[in-house]
Amino acid sequence: MTRNSDILRNIDGLTIVLFLALAGLGWFNLISAATGPDGPVEWGLGTLHGKQGLWLLVSLLVGFLILQIEGTFFIRTAWLNYGAQLLLCSLVLVIGKKVGGARSWFGVGGFGIQPSEFAKMGAALALAWYCSKEGGLKAFGQRLRAAVIVGIPAGLILLQPDAGTVLVFLGFVFAMYREGLSGAVLIVGFAAVVMAVLTILSGAGDLTYPVVGEANGIYRFWLLFLAIGAGGILLLRNATLPRYRARITTRAIASALAALVFSIAMHLALEEVLRPHQRERIQVLFGLEVDNPDADYNIRHAKTAIGSGGWTGMGWRNGHMTGYGFVPEQETDFIFCTWSEEWGLVGSTIFLILFAGFILRILFLAERQRSAFTRVYAYGVGGILFMHMLINVGMVLGLAPVIGIPLPFMSYGGSSFMAFALMIAILLRLDAERFSVLR
Amino acid sequence: MDVRFRTVVLLVIFFTGAFILRLFSLQIWQPEWKEKATTLTSDRHSIPPSRGLLLDRHGELLVGSRAAHDLMVLPRELPEMDSAFVAKTAAWTGMTIGELEEALSKAKRYSRYKKSNVRRGIDVVEHARMAASVHQFPGFSFRTRPVRDHIHGIAGHLIGEYAEASRDDLNSDPFYRMGDRIGRSGLERVYELELRGVKGRESVVVDARNRVRDTATGEGNDKPAESGQDLTLTLDRDLQAFAERLMQQKKGSVVAIEPKSGEVLAMVSAPGFDPDLLVGSQRGKTYNALMADPDKPLFNRAVKATYRPGSIWKMVQGLVALDEGEIRPNTRFVCDRSIIGCHGPHTQDNLSNAVIHSCNPYFYKVMQRVVNSADGKDRFERAAAGLDAWRNRVMAFGFGTNLGGRLPGTSKGNIPGSAYYDGVYGKGSWDFGTIYSISIGEGELLTTPLQMANLAATLANRGWYRTPHFIRSVGNMGKPSGLGLRMDTEVDAVHFEPVIKAMRQVVEDPSGTGRRARIDGIAVCGKTGTVQDEPRKDHSVFIAFAPEDNPQIAVSVYVENAGFGGQWAAPIAALLIEQYLTGSVANVNRLNRILEADLTDPYPEPEPATAEAVPVMDAQPESP
Repeated sequence: MTRNSDILRNIDGLTIVLFLALAGLGWFNLISAATGPDGPVEWGLGTLHGKQGLWLLVSLLVGFLILQIEGTFFIRTAWLNYGAQLLLCSLVLVIGKKVGGARSWFGVGGFGIQPSEFAKMGAALALAWYCSKEGGLKAFGQRLRAAVIVGIPAGLILLQPDAGTVLVFLGFVFAMYREGLSGAVLIVGFAAVVMAVLTILSGAGDLTYPVVGEANGIYRFWLLFLAIGAGGILLLRNATLPRYRARITTRAIASALAALVFSIAMHLALEEVLRPHQRERIQVLFGLEVDNPDADYNIRHAKTAIGSGGWTGMGWRNGHMTGYGFVPEQETDFIFCTWSEEWGLVGSTIFLILFAGFILRILFLAERQRSAFTRVYAYGVGGILFMHMLINVGMVLGLAPVIGIPLPFMSYGGSSFMAFALMIAILLRLDAERFSVLR
Repeated sequence: MDVRFRTVVLLVIFFTGAFILRLFSLQIWQPEWKEKATTLTSDRHSIPPSRGLLLDRHGELLVGSRAAHDLMVLPRELPEMDSAFVAKTAAWTGMTIGELEEALSKAKRYSRYKKSNVRRGIDVVEHARMAASVHQFPGFSFRTRPVRDHIHGIAGHLIGEYAEASRDDLNSDPFYRMGDRIGRSGLERVYELELRGVKGRESVVVDARNRVRDTATGEGNDKPAESGQDLTLTLDRDLQAFAERLMQQKKGSVVAIEPKSGEVLAMVSAPGFDPDLLVGSQRGKTYNALMADPDKPLFNRAVKATYRPGSIWKMVQGLVALDEGEIRPNTRFVCDRSIIGCHGPHTQDNLSNAVIHSCNPYFYKVMQRVVNSADGKDRFERAAAGLDAWRNRVMAFGFGTNLGGRLPGTSKGNIPGSAYYDGVYGKGSWDFGTIYSISIGEGELLTTPLQMANLAATLANRGWYRTPHFIRSVGNMGKPSGLGLRMDTEVDAVHFEPVIKAMRQVVEDPSGTGRRARIDGIAVCGKTGTVQDEPRKDHSVFIAFAPEDNPQIAVSVYVENAGFGGQWAAPIAALLIEQYLTGSVANVNRLNRILEADLTDPYPEPEPATAEAVPVMDAQPESP
């Protein structure tokens, strides 16, 4: 049969070009981050860029092999894949290697494998299978089950604990939204962020109240919220037509109360649940006073390194801040600083546009599918990439709290890269079959 | 296209755009991030300038620079040190184990990543020994800095100290950094700004542990150090060295001035010290010993000590009286010795003879006339007005002033006026009879050796002087303004002739009190003084200038508790004059007598002499 080669001819070239460009650029940058400015570049599997290079080659090879496999295979094995990932995620909690306080690694010789990176793929496939079977997420039960499919691996990862990767699973919200989850989810999400920011800011200091004396400033925020909320609801009630009045008023009151409860829960979580260093990270992000003068060391130096890049940067293997050890973890979570210091605003913008372009291309691929499975899966992959960028780049730019997750294609880490290579390869194969299958 | 697709696409574009804007803000809009990066990743070293040299009046080097080495330690690079290694290291550094451990723990407390001083001021020889095995002691290194090299070890008082800057210095002038040196006293302090030069700067790239990784390029802020300006002093190196030799084992002071310029040719305060001992590692020990010495070797007697001038004051009295018209050269007074004692067989001298015989009653009466010539309703008022008029005349000779001196601590001495005595006795409670001892240079009258030398220069110039100073040129800028200003005593030049003639006789006459200052072939004019200092021996004083016509050098010599003026101060002055004018000393016996004399015991010998017994003492041949 010539069908396979026909299909391979339909593989999306632009996606491959973007993928290889990002991977090449990331590896090129990792060489600089791993070697620093002095001396010649050393090679070998003892070096970070050497190891990563091997991972790149293996990943590309595996990706190439995957392209040869029929798409139906991935659809049929979606649950198997999902189950295997859950098993690995459970297993790592028991026999995993503890690194930096989290049990998230399988040690294999000199290499480590992070099952949580592959779990994203399993979740994406399973979600795609479920959504395509149901034909959308309209009913509450469907939505709940979809959330559970995503939530189980996320929950296992939270046990490691690896909060960053859990946050990445929020990327599936985009896929679910596309499949029928109410847009209210996004609005509620936005409202929750606003509420959280206000809660953090007003809870940061103590104020003096009449009668009560000195107490946390959060109380004033809550009182203000109640007062303004009540006033707002009254206005809203007068502005609406009588026949909608009861329903809208009820909803508004419920929303306001929910927001208040969220704020109270959030405040309690901040005060009671979070450990001091986590609370400090959040306070640092909002420019609040912290007791520990080094609390904002990482992010301050990350921003300084980026700022030192200027328009065009200091050149490859020439960044002083990143090359001389001022920026922590700059081969992994803070690697964007290296790129940004050495290639400046121009280079950083090019990378972000490439990255965003890659995400948008994936979303574009998703939209041209007749197969719901492929569409949901593509949205899942795109959403995950987007969340990585939001959290990681947001963090180094000082716009998001310090949460340790890798920046795809750039950060050192074989599992992460290989997982993305697999995900993209599956997507490309599914996309290439778009004319020949009708699911 | 689905509206939900568009929503997601817009979200991606929105956040990507927001990140790019944020990048623009950090990388372009807010330059403070870039500046902060430069601050963090670069360490600016200052390059010390070489300090200006000090030269004598002929351009001979007096004070140079040489390298001194400090042993530094970088605690981060120190190995684990067991007790045997500590002992080995201590032996290598030349410190005790306790000192070494204290220095190391102090360094660690300061910073693990920055170098600290372990031992300062290691000299060349020791540095050579230590440098040979420095590789066995990881973490240790040397820092080299220039220190002063006092080539001849002379003029320590005048040149002053160049020592580590104090906390006050660091606070008051941003030029100085911890460990820098500053002129502490003398000319080193007065001309600090000219001598110190301009620091250079170089910046290097450092890593997060402050290790140097690269030299910065294209910073534009780097600049080389600029050397300080050289100082050309007025001192004559050979004369200064000779004068210091003469004053060994004596206490007191010698000042020599070139009369026509006011340039100080030599200035000695004895006992002195070797300024090179105040450089380098032995400084602390030496300094403490010098401070504790009761003879105060660090005290610059030449400008700071105030002595009663004694009989050399009689010339001032005579000149003022002549100019006021109260006496004429041939005015005679009976040497009645009723109120004030005298010595020698004279009975009724004129002015010249009174100077030659150092007749006390004569000048008592001279000053009495001057003081009491003033108007007033009673003798008390007349004395007050007359004294103040007299004081003004005397201060025109530079007494009671610091002579425009810029050396810190330069003393003015004391010329008492009516205000002074009103303070002591009460207004209207004193007249000339109360204060007469100042008429012969005793009492409350206080002068410095520099002022006495200036008197000799004024006499040499017949009525004027230039303010004494020590600097001929700063760099190649010539003499700083304000040095060597011409001052006039307003005493008519004609009045100087009888006085100078008498001074010539003091030295030349076989019965003159200054006969020991006679030099064959050179017309020396001088005057002895013998100042009581009960119960110790008298101070021996002499001022002189030479030659009589066209004088080249004016000298004051003050030897504490040595005896008569003619006995010690006069021959020292003569040796200086002869050395300066002829380049050598012909009278070897006189030289040896002075060099061998030890006059440091201030208490009288068994047969004390109470007066300037002129004929007996000075009739003696100077040497067998």
